[in-house]
Amino acid sequence: MKNPIIKIEGVTKKFGIKNALEEIDLSIYEGEFFAIVGPSGCGKTTLLRVLAGFEVPDSGLLFIDDENMRNIPPNQRPLNIVFQSYALFPHMTVLDNIAFGLKVTGVPIKECYQRVKTLLKLVKLSGLDDRFPHQLSGGQLQRVALARALVKRPKVLLLDEPLSALDAKLRNEMRQELVRLQKSMGITFILVTHDQQEALSTADRIAVMNNGGIKQVASPTNLYESPSNKFVADFIGSINLIKCEVRQIEGELCAVTTGLTKDLFSIKGKNQIAVGQSYLMGVRPEKIQLTKLTDIDQYDNKLAGIINNITYLGRSSMYHVKVSGDENVVINVSMSHSDRSENIDLCIGESVLMHWTAGSALLLEDHDP
Amino acid sequence: MMKQVGSHRLIFWLTFIPPTLWLLIFLLIPLSIIGSFSFSEKRGLIDIELSWILNNYIRAADLIYLSTLIKSIGVAGITTVICFLFGFPLALGIASAPPRWKSILLIAVILPFCVNLLIRTYALIAVFRTRGFFNFGLEWFADLINVPFEPLSLLYNDTAVILGLVYVHLPFMVLPLYAGFEGFNKTLLEAALDLGASKLELLTSIIIPIITPSIISGCILVFIPALGSYLTPELLGGPNSQMIANVIERQFMNANDWPFGSALSMVLVYLTFGILALRYLCFNNLYLDKNKRRL
Amino acid sequence: MKIKNNHKAPKMSLDYFYQWWFKVILCVTFIFLYAPILVLIIFSFNDSRRNITWRGFTFKYYEKAALNDGLIDAFINSLTIGIFNTLGSLILGILTALLLWRFRFPFKAVYEGIILLPVVMPEICIGVALLVFFNQIGWANNLPWPLSLSKITFAHILFSFPFVAIIIRARLATFNLEQEEAAFDLGASPGQVFTNVFLPHIRPALIVSGLIAFTLSLDDFVITFFTSGPDTITVPIKIYSMVRFSVTPEVNAASTILLLITLCAAGIALWVHRAKISRIGKL
Repeated sequence: MKNPIIKIEGVTKKFGIKNALEEIDLSIYEGEFFAIVGPSGCGKTTLLRVLAGFEVPDSGLLFIDDENMRNIPPNQRPLNIVFQSYALFPHMTVLDNIAFGLKVTGVPIKECYQRVKTLLKLVKLSGLDDRFPHQLSGGQLQRVALARALVKRPKVLLLDEPLSALDAKLRNEMRQELVRLQKSMGITFILVTHDQQEALSTADRIAVMNNGGIKQVASPTNLYESPSNKFVADFIGSINLIKCEVRQIEGELCAVTTGLTKDLFSIKGKNQIAVGQSYLMGVRPEKIQLTKLTDIDQYDNKLAGIINNITYLGRSSMYHVKVSGDENVVINVSMSHSDRSENIDLCIGESVLMHWTAGSALLLEDHDP
Repeated sequence: MMKQVGSHRLIFWLTFIPPTLWLLIFLLIPLSIIGSFSFSEKRGLIDIELSWILNNYIRAADLIYLSTLIKSIGVAGITTVICFLFGFPLALGIASAPPRWKSILLIAVILPFCVNLLIRTYALIAVFRTRGFFNFGLEWFADLINVPFEPLSLLYNDTAVILGLVYVHLPFMVLPLYAGFEGFNKTLLEAALDLGASKLELLTSIIIPIITPSIISGCILVFIPALGSYLTPELLGGPNSQMIANVIERQFMNANDWPFGSALSMVLVYLTFGILALRYLCFNNLYLDKNKRRL
Repeated sequence: MKIKNNHKAPKMSLDYFYQWWFKVILCVTFIFLYAPILVLIIFSFNDSRRNITWRGFTFKYYEKAALNDGLIDAFINSLTIGIFNTLGSLILGILTALLLWRFRFPFKAVYEGIILLPVVMPEICIGVALLVFFNQIGWANNLPWPLSLSKITFAHILFSFPFVAIIIRARLATFNLEQEEAAFDLGASPGQVFTNVFLPHIRPALIVSGLIAFTLSLDDFVITFFTSGPDTITVPIKIYSMVRFSVTPEVNAASTILLLITLCAAGIALWVHRAKISRIGKL
């Protein structure tokens, strides 16, 4: 297996009594587009700053390209950051901003400007050489900040919520730009964001963090289809969680009961499941179908309920269905408008049947990891 | 948030008239009067006639007065430079202090300034005169290492005046610099470090260019008052350490030559306006649109 | 395997506070700033007429100062002027701050510059100008007390109110206009809004600027020198004549008393608002 370009071992960082980072172990490989996601306060920015050298971990090791980064200050590390606020030098032109990193490391002037011009073309900002930051738009500022970091040809590029200041449309465009840049330059990108959509659409692998710890590291597909714990299942996309108890295990499938009906549900199981144990059954809203109540005997995994509320989302609608067995349990079902079957009237107060396949459901532990 | 005048006419005039009137009556009109005096001449003991002549200004260009003016500019300049050399690291250090220390240090620097100028100057005399405590200390030290000692004549010369001026004006350099550092976007420093800058380059390429407006403010707030200072040269200076304010005072109090004194004062006024205008022209269109200059 | 890292690794961004050269400059500066004052205070208790060497501890020069009629008159004058100056400066300062914060008008930048003139212009120019002005308009020199102090008071207000305006203006920058709009929406009249919403918000700034105006007035020499007469002496002028005349510990005593008053006033103002002062850059 390839040697990781970044190896983090047991890194812990406290601020006062709060543990910002707890025993973080992570390996990132060369050429990857890696994303770190999590809610605010989960420690992802702290991790980034530890990588960059602006925070010194209380314990643990950090290796970049097999070099121990202990005692190496930020201005000597082989990585560069794109800051959330861009941090462009207001008193320098675009050209000087981008050239700064080269000038201070002694690159000859001619080569400096050559490399800067090449990069300006790469980020599609040619012609803006002598503008000042206050004369640029948000998207342009973003690209200057990118160029300034990339011109140094770092081994790793860190991006701290780089797109959060842009409006939705621009953000989508820039996501594709970032992926394109990364693939063409072959530099390892580490993107930190709170937006899981961003991570899913750009990254090769994603680490999900919460409360200072890493909850799961996987590819976007695996993260979405096979979350390993309750937090990841709920943070990436959304999920309905129903308490259940395992009754039987038959090969790959388990039969579970819920408190809601007398029926058994079958879920594709995972390793180390104990009969009689309580778990959570997780089903994603878009994996549930809605049909008429009269079709009740046709399906295996099913629940009856009444539509309590509908949220219109343009391309689809989210139906909030109160379960007949327990009024407090609300299941969210997402149906795209093109999929709707013709023989059902979906409006508030309508009685419906929700059903899904065994393979669509997940079995998750019922505790915070 | 700001409104055009039209919507609240009454309140506007209510807030506009009193301060404007005050400035007009007690500053602008008096300045105009001595302005007109500077072009007048004495007729007899009290009468002054406005004859629009330049005699006073020509006399002001006499070597004896010109040299005093030049000397004053020089002294004020040296004072400004010394204040900057001490004030810059001081402000930088205080701005990077932990929050608790910041207020304490700032107050400690500002507090002596609140003490009366006269008292502070007098205190300096007590410490630095020939039989003062500084010399006593040196004498004691010299006895300790068995070296013959001559008391240093520290007072009543230019050095003492400069020392006194620095003593009085240092906080006026520290405060604007500190304000500049406080408002500084520290992420820029991290960005520069990340790109490979050394600490020295941080200072020269990033900090100083951006903090330049504050430096200019501090220098102006020291230079102009130092230029026109009266008490410090009067108390600490020798017969050759006269500054322009002392000369002006003599014209009004002793020599009773008000037109000439007015001309000398107006020279100071022109200098002040000139420096302020220069600052406005050179630095008003700064790239830092966030630092809107306002009262 | 846990490896403890060395906590002394300095934060790279701004750790100037911990550097040795800063500590040296700090010490030197503070010795330079405070030693003369401390010496002055200590030697006000010196039992020696010529006050060169220490001969013993005594309060007698404080007694002398307390019995010095000229000094007492000067104190009364200074305090009176100080109080009237504070009142006048506060009123003018509030109006100015309101004006600049609220309204846009032509040549506003020039106007702001003119407001600052009394602060930036050398005191000698202002003093001389006022001397000439009062002389030319024939301001009576024999008015009864306290009207006799009016010249000095007006002059003091001139250079104090810009400071008040600056401080209040800075405080106004943090005023959320929506509070005012909410008050109107709930039915308050403009007068009620002013007293119940507006004034409480700027009250800290009023206290600080009032105290500063007071100390500025108490301490002023040059401008007072040119606007005072033989009957309207203030403490700094009295001390000046005492210094010229003879340097006894009595001068130290009088100075110490003035110093303590000023330091108390300024110290209170600064301490109460220390948090705001340390953030002046972030206005």
